[in-house]
This record gives sequence, structure tokens and C-alpha cells, in this order.
Amino acid sequence: MKIIVIGNGMVSYKFCERLVAKATAASFEITIFGEEIRPAYDRVHLSEFFSGKTADDLLMAPASWYAENNITLHTGDPIQQIDRSNKTVHSFKGITQSYDVLILATGSSAFVPPIPGVEKDGVFIYRTIEDLEMMTAYAKKAKTGAVIGGGLLGLEAAKAMIDLGITDTHVIEFAPRLMPRQIDEAGSNILKAKLQTLGLKIHTSKNTAEITGNGCIDGMLFSDDTKIEVDMLVISAGIKPRDELAKLSGLETGTRGGIVVNNKLQTTDPSIYAIGECALFEGMVYGLVAPGYEMADVVANNLTNGDKVFGAYDMSTKLKLIGVDVASFGDPFVAGDNVRSVVFEDTMKGIYKRINITGDGKQLLGGILIGDAEQYNMLLQTVKNKVVLPPNPEDVILGSRGGESDGGAGVLSLPDEAIVCSCESVTKGMICGAVTEGGCETIDAIKKCNKAGTGCGGCVPMVKDIMLHTMKAQGKYVRNVLCEHFNYSRQELFDLVKIHELKTYDEVLDHLGKGDGCELCKPPVASILASLWGEMILKKGNDTAQDSNDRFLANIQKGGTYSVVPRIPGGEITPDKLIVIGQVAKQYNLYTKITGGQRIDMFGAHLNDLPAIWEQLINAGFESGHAYGKSLRTVKSCVGSTWCRFGLHDSVSYAIRIEERYRGLRSPHKIKGGVSGCIRECAEAKSKDFGIIATEKGWNLYVCGNGGSKPQHALLLATDLDDETCIQYIDRFLMFYIKTADTLTRTATWLNKMEGGIDYLRNVVVNDSLGMSQQWEAEMQVLVDCYRCEWKEAIENPEIRKRFNHFVNAPEVKDPTVVFEEMRDQKKVRDWK
Amino acid sequence: MLATIEKNITWFLACKTNDVPTNGGVCVKYNDDQIALFHFARRGEWYATQNECPHRQQMALSRGLIGSQSEEPKVACPFHKKTFSLKTGECLTGDECSIKTYEVKVEGNNVFIGVAQS
Repeated sequence: MKIIVIGNGMVSYKFCERLVAKATAASFEITIFGEEIRPAYDRVHLSEFFSGKTADDLLMAPASWYAENNITLHTGDPIQQIDRSNKTVHSFKGITQSYDVLILATGSSAFVPPIPGVEKDGVFIYRTIEDLEMMTAYAKKAKTGAVIGGGLLGLEAAKAMIDLGITDTHVIEFAPRLMPRQIDEAGSNILKAKLQTLGLKIHTSKNTAEITGNGCIDGMLFSDDTKIEVDMLVISAGIKPRDELAKLSGLETGTRGGIVVNNKLQTTDPSIYAIGECALFEGMVYGLVAPGYEMADVVANNLTNGDKVFGAYDMSTKLKLIGVDVASFGDPFVAGDNVRSVVFEDTMKGIYKRINITGDGKQLLGGILIGDAEQYNMLLQTVKNKVVLPPNPEDVILGSRGGESDGGAGVLSLPDEAIVCSCESVTKGMICGAVTEGGCETIDAIKKCNKAGTGCGGCVPMVKDIMLHTMKAQGKYVRNVLCEHFNYSRQELFDLVKIHELKTYDEVLDHLGKGDGCELCKPPVASILASLWGEMILKKGNDTAQDSNDRFLANIQKGGTYSVVPRIPGGEITPDKLIVIGQVAKQYNLYTKITGGQRIDMFGAHLNDLPAIWEQLINAGFESGHAYGKSLRTVKSCVGSTWCRFGLHDSVSYAIRIEERYRGLRSPHKIKGGVSGCIRECAEAKSKDFGIIATEKGWNLYVCGNGGSKPQHALLLATDLDDETCIQYIDRFLMFYIKTADTLTRTATWLNKMEGGIDYLRNVVVNDSLGMSQQWEAEMQVLVDCYRCEWKEAIENPEIRKRFNHFVNAPEVKDPTVVFEEMRDQKKVRDWK
Repeated sequence: MLATIEKNITWFLACKTNDVPTNGGVCVKYNDDQIALFHFARRGEWYATQNECPHRQQMALSRGLIGSQSEEPKVACPFHKKTFSLKTGECLTGDECSIKTYEVKVEGNNVFIGVAQS
């Protein structure tokens, strides 16, 4: 059977993928004609183009995929005419080809309202990669921007403007609220407030009357006689189905656009189908990818003797708009006598939740979530499967308060036929089956097995939950193994390496693992060896098991040069030492910057120069700062009682003592500390892995704080400690962490996952509930005693020192591809593309 | 530079075997090109690829960790951990372009890399 597909977008691709998967070889001869010059790409994630993804990254499949599956793909060659009586199509480049079945997947174009001035330079639509490229080029000279359209696509376009560096952007919406199809007024207000904190200026009920400017846009005039000045405008006010070819061929189309189809997606000509955004089903155009995929599946199914029909599709959606969760599911607006709504609104945190339930409180009909959409998957399933609500329906959005259960029974309550991944139509039963029969024990394995979670990815947390529950139900012990080479968690491996007294990576692999190792297991094993035995990390062949930064004892930076960070304990440094840093930086032409941890970082050092740089620093009394390692970084301090009129104790001296105690200590992730001399907390100690704050009677010790992307304040472990007890507790705390945490887990996450939380941790560290304290303190003391500066050893050992060359066969030559540019009287590395 | 020519391949002396760390890599200069040379000692094998990671055009593969994925020997770029097959040069993580590979032979203590003549 000869099949021609017109259009090569996401739905067209999905149709081919489904057909190829269902069909036996050679039973179909598929030809695609696409208008764009690229094969189908992921339009949903178009804005990622700005965060570094390339056009190739966005492709649904590389061009070779089509060839491998015997599909002929003509790109840049739109079909211009369909001859229905002879069942042939004619392309722009002059190809004439006959078909048995024709698939219209022509998609949609941006709807451009007839506003005077839309033709001006600087006015864009947001639809294709080419549109994005033109926007990127124009944005370089633009300072202020605007987007017409406050719907889903409009807000995506606004994000694109922010990504392009135009933070001063207006969003203009004709309707009285944002995302009028998905959310209600109260939800819109919360969303508006959130977006405004990000710098967007939101105008609702605003009608653009004219786009002004001489040749290029310089402003916008509105029907209420107000105006704004803008350099650039993106119109994203909706879509218009591409039905012109269908119209020309005499197929029935809707009055407001769209190719009319029946529930098998057939047009008025039974051998021609229409799928995706160009199709009009029961008076509705579906502008989302999931229903488009469903249409593709229905047609592929029917062409392979299946019997599937398309039904009114659920338009529930969840997305992250400029960092704000927005979801709407089921019927978000339903109203009436026999319907009740439960609304939760928190204008402080920017959270809005609404659920619509039946009058008897038993069924969930739909709702809206803004600012926190964690319950989306569960709520959507509750609607779709008519799961009976708990006695207090508000529990499903607020969690149960005061009771033990967590509002609804979670994934366990879902029936097997519940569709968990709607992009790929994967049910809960299929996921359970992949675990029980397919032996899948990772998300990646499940993705391979049945494609769950490979579409929009929104269901991945739920897929993982179902997987873990199923594994637990089978009596499987769920744990985090390192990688394919070690069937152990980090904690298990730590104990085994200790028991077997293994000292090198290769010994560990030979005794406890299999294969040749990889980038996932080498660094954690090397770290375990360092934590256990305290030996120089580059000796005994362990150098090639260290991650690149540890291997060269410096942090690799853009361009392949390194940064150099000598230890400056507690942030205290003498004028003489400052001068040395200045001299070294000048001699080797290094960029200097003060770090967040009260040290000085020197960037742009060639690999070849590192030993000489360190030789000078060490001669001046510096030592390695371990900025490159998963190890103690700094113990930050305020100036303390020696100078400060509020200071209670000498925080600097104590910080130096602690930093020198734990310097070089290898751990699952980096460790930071802080000491503040009074309650004012100038050292920001509560954002550190361990923070010490002076009290009238001694020190308060806080643990497991974190800055970074998920900031978390450290929690109080013990109060009013003397110097020695405080260090004793930190010894125990760090050893407990090093022995039990998963790799690359900071103390905050470690505590968050710990059963019993801070109370349990306090029991272990302060009350010695495990009876381990003495042993841990002794082990820590051994590590403290065997500390030596790694850089000193590296420059004194010729075997290690010779590794610091870029070319093995031309040791004197530095990497010639490194290029620096000037900025504010210093150098910077040339940006990568 | 010591070089011999056979079947359109130029073999040049890259370095001595003990110049390359066990189970690690070094960068070799060949005219204006940079070649990453790896001693996969666990399998007694040698591999050579281009030194540039195609993801962000960084001269860094020789400083990456090597290992295997199932049976496939691979190198991970230190920058973003993109991994490439040492045998075929194919990218094993996502859709990055593949990398060029070279033949390696060891004679005595000498390591030679074979460069196809253009």
C-alpha cells in the first residue's frame, strides 16, 4: 500500500513511528513531503533552543531513521496540489506521485490578528526554528519586548524573550485573564503576580490597535489610547489550521478553519485522512501534542486492520511556565447546582488550587493547580478513573492534616487500566508488567520497554512511584546501585572495601565488580578509598579513577584551562600572602575573583603551568584548597569577638581550627562549614553542611543546611557546646554521613531521606544510640593525622608531575586552541557555542 | 618525527608506552591536530580518537575517564560527561556527532598512531 504523508511535524513523525511499529516489513511504501528544511523536530520544547539545545538536539529522529525504516522523506518540498480523481499529488519541486492513502498532517500556522503595522520589521511569530533564529538575530539590538497573547504559547514566547536577554517584556492579552482556556480568574491573578516578580509586565483586557514605527516597530498603541515603547514584538495569539490544500482539493473544512474528520480521522474523501492540528473533530481543533499523537495512533491502527476510534480527548495539561507550575485537568471551570468547588489560595507563596467535585463529595470532576502541581498526575487519574474521594475531599490538594494517611491511597488506588502516560498511552498495568515480567528496575529500562515517560515527561515521577511500589510488592529490596559494574549501593561498597582492605580502584573492581568500570563508578570508588585510607589520591594507579578535576587537582573551566584556589582558612589572610597571590596571577596572566567561600580563585591557568604556579604558592606558605574535590571546601567565618563589638566568641580562630581539622577529607559530595560569632549570623552558617553559632554559653551546632538550587536552613543539633564537644559531634556527624550517604548526595538531601529525620540523627550523634561514636572519632582522628597537602606531594613527585602537560610528545607546548578575550581589564575565555 | 607509510596510512611515533597512564589517556600532537591516546590496560588495548569533544568543541577527551558500557569501550568528556565509543567513535549518550578514531600499534616500548592520508 502506498501512503503519502503531507507535512513532517511531530504528529506526522509519530504516525510513521506507530505505523512502522505495527506493520510487517514492506507492506507499506511511505513517502513524506515536508515544507520545512529539517526533519520533524520537537516543537513543544522549542524554547530549549535558547538554553543551549541545538536544532539537532530537538529532532524527533535523525534523517537516517527515515531511511532505515524505508521511508522516503522530501524536506523543503511542500505539496501544492492533490488530484483526488487520479489519486496523485504534485510537489513544489515537480514530483508527481500516486497514493492509495493520503495523510494530511499539515499542522497549523500562527494566527496573526489583522492589526495595522504587523508587517513591520521586529514583529515575529513563534512557530519554527527559523522564527527563533530570526528572533535571536534581532534580539541583539532590542532592549524592550512585547508578546501578544497570554495563553500557553504566548507565555512560552515570553520565556523565549527572557532567554534572549530581553527581561523588560510586556505580555498583552485580549481576554480578562491569562491562559483563558485553562485557568480561572483567581488562578490567573496568582500566575500574574508570580510572572511579575520575574520582571514580566502583564496587561489583560488589552486590545492592540496599532503597531507603530517607521519601517521597524518602535511601539504599540492600544484601544484604550495607552501606548508602550517596544523594540521587538512576538505574536503568539493562537493557531490557524493549515487547511488551504484541503480546501483547494474540495474537502470539507470548518468555517473557522480545520479539515473536517470523522472518528476514524477520515476526511470527506475516505482515502484521505487528517491528523493533528489541521484536523477538525466535532467542531474542535486540538492544539496539543498528546491528542495529535492519539490521532496518529488511531490512523496507524486502522491501516493495520485495527479498529480504533478517536473520542473527545481530555485536554488536561501540566507545564512549567517560566518556572511556575501550571496545570488544569478534567473540567476546570464546571459550575452548576450539583457541583461544589474547594479552593485553596496562598498569595504569599503564590499557590492556587481548585478542585471541582460532585455535590455528594464523592467524585472529582476537574480542577486547576498553580504554583504547586505536584498532585497533578494523581488528581488526573482520580478524575479519569472515577476513584472515590476520601471523606474530606480537600485532603487531595492539602494533604491530610492531623491524621496519619496522606490523603488518598496514592498510586496503589489506581486501577490497572488507568492511563499514566497519555503521550504514549501507557497504562499502570503495562508499567507493572514491565517490572514483574519484563524485569525492568530503572526508569530507563521502562522507557525502553513501553515508551512510558518519553513524550512530555510529566508522568515520570508517577512511573517511578509505580515501579518502586511494584518492586517492593514483589519483595525486591529497592536500592541505588552505582552503575552496571557494581551491584552495590555506595554504603554497601564502603563497608565491603573496608572489610576486604582494598586500596586501589582496580582491586575494588576485581573483588566486588565486573567489567571495566566507567565514569559513574570510578569517582565514588576513588572517594571511598580516600575516605577510608587517607592515601594520596593520585598514587597507586588511582589517578585515572579520579574525576578530571581531582586527577589534575584543579577545576577545569570553559576552554580547558584550570582554576587555582589555595586554602585561606576562615577567610583570614595576611597582606604578604595577598601580594603573593597578586604576583602569581600577574606572572601567569590569571583572572582573579573572590569566591563565595571567602577565598581567591585564579582562573585561566594552562595545565602545563599548574605545577609551577603551585610551587610558588606552596613556597609562600599556601596549600591546596581542595576546590576541585568532593571534600571540605571552606569554613566561612565572620570577624568575631576580636574586632566586632557584638561578637561573643572568636569565630575566626574556631573556623580556622575546624577548617584545618577537616581539610582534604573526601566525602560523598562537597562539604561547607561556617562559624558565626553571634546571633546576627554574618557567616551565614545556617546555609552550610555544618554551621556553628556563638551563644552566651558556648556554641550552637546546626547541620545539613544547603544553598544552591534547593536552599534549606541547617537544623539545630545541639546547644551551648564547648569547643571540644562541638568538634566531637562534627566528627561523628561527618563520619556517619561519609559512611552512609549515596554518591553525590549533600548532607541536606541525606537528612531529608533519613527515616526519623533530625531527631534520629541527634540520637545517633549526641546520644550515641548506635554505639559507634568512639570508633568514628578514632577513625576521623586517623584521617586528620595523615593529612598532607596533595599539591606539595604532586610537585615533589616526578611521576605525578609529568602528567601536567597538554601534549605528551611536546611537553613545552600549551594547548594552542585556548583563546582569551579582554573584559574589564582582565581576561576571559572565549565563549563556547 | 619518525614516520612510516603503508597502505595510505601514515604511522607516526606518538610516545613511549610508559608515557601513558594505566587505564587513562594523554593528548598527542600531530602537526596541527590533537589526538587523544588511551591505554585501556584492563583489556590490554590501545585506542586513539580526536581530542576535541564535539559537544562544545573542547580539547578535553584525553583527560576523560575511560570505561565500558556493556562490552563497548568508551570515554567520557570531563565537561558534560558525554560518552563516546573508543572503537567506533559513536556518541553513546544522546545525539552528539561521532568522533574520529585512529588505529594504534605498539612495537616494543613505542606507541604508533596511524593517520589516514588525505
